[in-house]
Amino acid sequence: MKQAQAVFVEGGRLVLADRVVDGALRMADGHIAALGDIEPQDGDEVIPAQGRLVMPGLIDLGVFSIDKPAFHFGGITRAGLMPDQDPPLDFPPRIRFAAQSGKPDLWVHPLAAATVGLEGERLAEVALMREAGARAIATGRRWIADSGMMLRLLQYAAMLDLVVIAHAEDAALSGPAVATAGEMATRMGLSGAPEQAEELAVMRDITLAGMTGGRLHFRQVTTRAALDRVREAKARGLKVTAGITPAHFILSDLATGDFRTFARLSPPLRSEDNRQAVREAIADGTIDVIASGHDPRGPEDKRLPFADAAEGMAGAETLLAMVLTLVRDGVVDLPRASALLAANPARILGVNAGELRAGAEADIALVDPDKPWIVDSRRMEARAGNTPFDGQPTQGRVMALFKGGVKV
Amino acid sequence: MAATGTPSAASRYPAGGLAFPHRDLLGIGRLERHEILYLLDEAEQWVELNRRSAKRVDALTGLTIINAFFENSTRTLLSFEIAGKRLGADVVNMHAATSSVKKGETLIDTAITLNAMRADAIVIRHASSGAVALIADKVDCPVLNAGDGSHEHPTQALLDALTLRHALRARGQAGDDFTGQTIVICGDILHSRVARSNILCLTALGANVRVCAPPALLPAAVEAMGATPFHSFDTALAGADVVMMLRLQTERMAGQFIPSPREYHHLYGLTLKRLKLAEPDALVMHPGPMNRGVEIDSDVADLLDRSIITRQVEMGVAMRMACLDVLTRRQRGVEGWNDLPTSGKWP
Repeated sequence: MKQAQAVFVEGGRLVLADRVVDGALRMADGHIAALGDIEPQDGDEVIPAQGRLVMPGLIDLGVFSIDKPAFHFGGITRAGLMPDQDPPLDFPPRIRFAAQSGKPDLWVHPLAAATVGLEGERLAEVALMREAGARAIATGRRWIADSGMMLRLLQYAAMLDLVVIAHAEDAALSGPAVATAGEMATRMGLSGAPEQAEELAVMRDITLAGMTGGRLHFRQVTTRAALDRVREAKARGLKVTAGITPAHFILSDLATGDFRTFARLSPPLRSEDNRQAVREAIADGTIDVIASGHDPRGPEDKRLPFADAAEGMAGAETLLAMVLTLVRDGVVDLPRASALLAANPARILGVNAGELRAGAEADIALVDPDKPWIVDSRRMEARAGNTPFDGQPTQGRVMALFKGGVKV
Repeated sequence: MAATGTPSAASRYPAGGLAFPHRDLLGIGRLERHEILYLLDEAEQWVELNRRSAKRVDALTGLTIINAFFENSTRTLLSFEIAGKRLGADVVNMHAATSSVKKGETLIDTAITLNAMRADAIVIRHASSGAVALIADKVDCPVLNAGDGSHEHPTQALLDALTLRHALRARGQAGDDFTGQTIVICGDILHSRVARSNILCLTALGANVRVCAPPALLPAAVEAMGATPFHSFDTALAGADVVMMLRLQTERMAGQFIPSPREYHHLYGLTLKRLKLAEPDALVMHPGPMNRGVEIDSDVADLLDRSIITRQVEMGVAMRMACLDVLTRRQRGVEGWNDLPTSGKWP
């Protein structure tokens, strides 16, 4: 849908890249026309922001399902769709279809499967998938065990200037585990994998990325040791970035007590020390992206014994509110929160959005950062309410959302 | 043998249902020390009954108990069946192999089906940790965990405690609990629900518990559960009053954990020679089934006065009778047991 009428948002607090300023923002022809201390023009639709935050729409890098009501509730205007679909996104027409599936009010950026069927054995046609609209390559929820294959993938992706989004868990070490080895897994009798499975995977992939000069993004880095490796790699100037989901900075493996399958995640929840390490890494810039990992799963997947239940959580609705807890706790300021949620994922995907800047696409969220609400798994916009934050009081709601200058 | 000096329940425990304020028996981890002792004391009467020739009472007459076993079992199933029948209940066994579980029915649907048949107690074994608690949430009657994955097997830990207490009392050694006793649990701790329940139960009763296994078969942070980990069996045996052997659960092993049974026996098999490293009169236990020649030698398993392995089987019936009796008191309207709701969980 093309924007027919220019929109003028007045009286807001603009979350810019380096500061928050009072001001107005004008959207025309689907783009941000101007912002700051400006006046409306004749014929503009004027929307009073009433002192709310004016933020870029969220760009959710790495979701497993296109769930528009949940995304719009959460202020998400673009979503990077993981290739772990049924069938997997390993074939150009599927990419093309997925890329169109959310328009006009949600843009889906499909992530091309790195290997056929995500099996880790044969390279998929990633160049053709790029033509079809893929914005990056992803290994899916799996690790590519074959180091030679991973090297060739990174080389090829570097040639195409596509980032490779990797899942960092050494599959041989993690095996069939459903939890992190430690006191909780031991008490509950769950098979646990050593957390070093992540560090091993991160080390290998960083080494391979260093050989190719290509861009590598770890979708989730959840342990202290692996975050240290990412920090080192960045210091050496490698093009490595890292992401996380709110579950790993809000919860530890204690949340799996009583075998709560809503807390069955991939990678599994970690110890409290690792949770603290994630918060430190968000604060110091080691972590670049916070995403929802949105994966709504109904009772047929979740109302099962812990080890038999599907992994994943519905996270789109709670993403912004959980990141705002980091702002209130002083871990990050608002401009940095905005970068974690929008500008950085935009840069990884190479899209002209994610920032309040004249000329960028007018994907805008009006946010009341203090509005209180309670997460209720029975009343979610998402297709299923599998949230590990069920019952938790929280703050921060999207009051209005614009995609390409058009109100959603 | 008479129940040695069991004080009357009234004097030692909270009155009526407060002595055991749980609807279900899901794990030792949910029990307080006095609740464990209460169940042990309650079992004494059934130990005596089981040694008579007429072994049947009518306490549970008219009640239906379903043994729903989603995982193969011989001795536990038989033990629960005999326990229920000796109490006068109608006992029905459901085997996963012959049930609609094989046809794709979900565990929850199976639970709802069992519930609709108005069972008065359900005994469940399942291969997945936490599965029994999941079913307990969906049914209106008491649920007894007969083993869930690698999580818990509470009646095994209780019967082990009962057996041990009898044996120690017969020697004039034990009071109510196991304070001062050093107990070694050796074998596949990683995959063992028996080990977990026993660590919790024995430490709650004051014992000093050591667990011994090669590193691959010891769970991470097991010391956080109150047990001291050992890799050398010989070292672990020094000063041990009780040695509890576990079998290798090859059916739960994904990958190779030990080089060979022969090598395992060399390092961790309980031989007569090795038993000499423990206290001179140390007792030997095994929850069964035994792999003779692997984790335990026949001449140790069959030691008179030292091996109480068959006694464990005997006490199993009495212990399960006590659990079934105590947990069904609310439905049966036993005096003093009506003050709590008959469904749902209470704190």
